[in-house]
Amino acid sequence: MSSCALPSYIAELRLQGLDGDQAVFTAPWEAQAFAMAVMLHERGLFTWAEWAEALSGEIRRAQRLGDPDNGRTYYRHWLNALEKLIVAKGLASTGMLSILRDQWDVAARETPHGQPVTLRPAGQR
Amino acid sequence: MELRVKALETILVEKGYVDPAALDVLIETYEHRIGPKNGARVVARAWSDADYLLRLRADATAAIAELGYSGRQGEHMRIAENTPEVHNLVVCTLCSCYPWSVLGLPPVWYKSAPYRSRAVIDPRGVLRDFGVELPAGTKLRVWDSTAELRYLVIPMRPAGSEGMDQDALAALVTRDSMIGAGLALTPGKAA
Repeated sequence: MSSCALPSYIAELRLQGLDGDQAVFTAPWEAQAFAMAVMLHERGLFTWAEWAEALSGEIRRAQRLGDPDNGRTYYRHWLNALEKLIVAKGLASTGMLSILRDQWDVAARETPHGQPVTLRPAGQR
Repeated sequence: MELRVKALETILVEKGYVDPAALDVLIETYEHRIGPKNGARVVARAWSDADYLLRLRADATAAIAELGYSGRQGEHMRIAENTPEVHNLVVCTLCSCYPWSVLGLPPVWYKSAPYRSRAVIDPRGVLRDFGVELPAGTKLRVWDSTAELRYLVIPMRPAGSEGMDQDALAALVTRDSMIGAGLALTPGKAA
């Protein structure tokens, strides 16, 4: 989207029902990522200024990498910022996150369609 | 994205940093309970109650909290009052800082690069994009939100709303009008 395309973009969002007061999240993972950041902040694990800095840093980085930065990729930036801040604060390591992603991936593929996907408790993996 | 979020959630729950039930409550709150209706109540009160408006001007954070709306990030609120002389527009040029407690979470366009950059460079053009044509003599003031300070625009009270009660007034106050990207509705046109 070029910088002069705002009018048509607003019209497009309205047509797609993405400009209403209720159009908050477009997928469950966005809501989960949103809520985790808010909760970690409320538990005092980072300040909101630290969060805003991490998020704006991720937005700038994504722009440099060619992201359209049109608001619809916003929660990708949010998730990148959350992962980086969690690792920076020592709450989890990138290695551990990567292992868990693989385990969830395997669990999702091994679970019959229609069944809830779950991971075994930490001690049994 | 789903897998990355699942991985994060697993580790944060296992370490006791987040509680899955509390996550659900928080999501439900932002999806259904906090939204521009909160801000509309603040504006309707400001239009109807001169003492309240004075309190909003002096300490918007406290005056908004009187109605039960408080920020979760310890941010301060400030109001920006529209007048025939000055129209206010709010943006967050760096990311998406927004007055969640009174407006809920921001719309998609608020988070988009075209809005974030053009609101500063060409605010009059941005307003035109939203279908708002201001009189040539009206000055435009743009407020850049931060993690610590968020703005609520108090739109001008529309003509024809004299004598309306606060509930009826609140129905005239749109989300966009409290960002400055729109005007309050004229009575008879409220949704």
